[in-house]
Amino acid sequence: MECTLALVGDGYTLVAADRNAARSIICFKKDEDKVTVLDSHKIMGSSGAQADTVCFTEYVQKNMALYEISNGLKLSTPAAASFVRNELAVALRKGPYQTNLLLGGYDEEHGATLYYLDYLASSNKVNYGCHGYVSSFVLSIFDREWTPGMTEAQGLELLKKCIDEIQVRFLVHMPEFTVKIVDKDGVRVLPQPK
Amino acid sequence: MAALAIDRMLDAGARPKEDDATNAKDILGLNVQRFALAPTPDPAQFSKDNFGVGYGTDNHQKVQFAKGTTTLAFKFDGGVIISVDSRSTMGPYIASQTVKKVIEINPFLLGTMAGGAADCAFWERNLGTQCRMFELRNKRRVSVAAASKMLANTMYQYRGRGLSMGTMVCGWDESGPQLYYVDDDGTRLKGDAFCVGSGSTYAYGVIDSHLRADLTVEEAIDLGRRAIAGAAHRDAYSGGWNNLYHMKETGWEFIGAVDTNDLYYEHVHPSHIPAPPPKPTPSNVPR
Repeated sequence: MECTLALVGDGYTLVAADRNAARSIICFKKDEDKVTVLDSHKIMGSSGAQADTVCFTEYVQKNMALYEISNGLKLSTPAAASFVRNELAVALRKGPYQTNLLLGGYDEEHGATLYYLDYLASSNKVNYGCHGYVSSFVLSIFDREWTPGMTEAQGLELLKKCIDEIQVRFLVHMPEFTVKIVDKDGVRVLPQPK
Repeated sequence: MAALAIDRMLDAGARPKEDDATNAKDILGLNVQRFALAPTPDPAQFSKDNFGVGYGTDNHQKVQFAKGTTTLAFKFDGGVIISVDSRSTMGPYIASQTVKKVIEINPFLLGTMAGGAADCAFWERNLGTQCRMFELRNKRRVSVAAASKMLANTMYQYRGRGLSMGTMVCGWDESGPQLYYVDDDGTRLKGDAFCVGSGSTYAYGVIDSHLRADLTVEEAIDLGRRAIAGAAHRDAYSGGWNNLYHMKETGWEFIGAVDTNDLYYEHVHPSHIPAPPPKPTPSNVPR
C-alpha cells in the first residue's frame, strides 16, 4: 500500500513518494523518506518491503560512489539504470529484492531522464511513472495532463493534482509526501505541494 | 519435549550423507561460526512448515512457540521509557506470567522481546557481543543506530528461515536518546514511539492520545504503566507484571515491576474509589 510517482519536465525530474511505514494493520510512522539521493544528480524513489528497499538502495548508492572514486567519473543516468536493472536481474533468480523503483537523474549528455524499474528487472525510460495501487488513479491524470517541456511550477501543479486525487479516492491515508527534484544544479528537497 | 520431536522429524526426512559430519558438529554447536540449518533439501520451506509462529495457524505443528505480548517504548524530553508485560502463551494456555521481556544488552542499550522468546533472547545476546567487540576495536561506545543496524543485518541475513522477532532497540548515545524498531524480516525504523506485539494496538491507543515531548519523568512512567494496563485488560495474550525501564544519559534504570491486575483496578477500572451509586436510568423513563 505504498506509492511512488515521478515525472520529467523541462530540464528537471521530479520524484515523490508517500511517507508511511506500515505493517499489517499498523502504521508505524508518517515521516519515512523513500526517495534516496544516489549521487549529486540522481534520485531514486522506492517502494516494497522496507528491508529489501533499504538494503538495495544503499548497495546501489555505495557502489556508484565506489565507481566514481575508482574511475574519476560519474555514471550517466542511463548507465545507472542499466546497473540497477542488472543487479535486479541477477537477484531475480535467487530470491529477488522486493523493490520497485523510479530512478530520476540529470546529466549533460542526456538531460533530465526518468527510468521505471520493478523487482522483475524491467527497465523503461519514461516521461512519467508510478508504482503501487495508486497508479490506477494517477496514471490517467499523467496521460491527460502531462506535456513535454513543463516548467517546474507546472510539474508541481501536476504532482499536486495526483496527490489530491490519491487523498480523495484512495483507501489508504497518505497525509505526507516526500518531493525531490533533480536538475543541472543538483538535488533539492521541495515542500509537498498544497 | 520440543527437542525430542525435532529429532524424530529430522530422522524421517532425507538427510544428505556427505554432510553428516558437519551437520553433527553444527547441531552440537561445535561450529560456532555457522548457525545450523535443518538438514533438508529446502531448509527455508522446512522452517515455514514446522516452525511457523502465526496465531491460530500453527495448530498442526509439533513445536508451538510461546508468544503473545505487549511491549512499548517512547521518547520524551527526559529520555526513553520502555514498558512491557510479562505473559507468555502457547495457544490458549498461559505458559508463564513472569517473563523478562526487556533484555539488558549493556548499560546503555536495552532490547525488548516480542515474537519468539528464544530468538529474541539469542539474537539480542548476540547483538551484545557484537557491540562489545565494536567497543574493544574502536575504544568508544557503539551508537544505537549502528547497534540496531547490526541486529537488522542479522535478521536480513536469516530472512525466510523462520525467525520470529519484533524488538525495539533503545539507548542513549552521543546524539541523545534513541529508539529503533527492528523485526524478523529485516525492517528497521527510527521513531519516537513504537508498540509491538498482539496487544500493541491497545497500547498505541493510550500512547498516541497522551504522549507529549514535555512530559515529566513521573508522567511518562505513569503513561507507560497505563498503556500496558490497557493492553493487558483488552488483550487476552498480555498480562502478568509490568516491567518498566527509564533510559537516561547515565544509562538505563529499572523503575520497577507492578502487577497488571493492580494496575487494572488503579487505572482502567478504579472501582475502589468511593463514588455515589449511579441512579437507575432505564431507557423507557420519560425525561
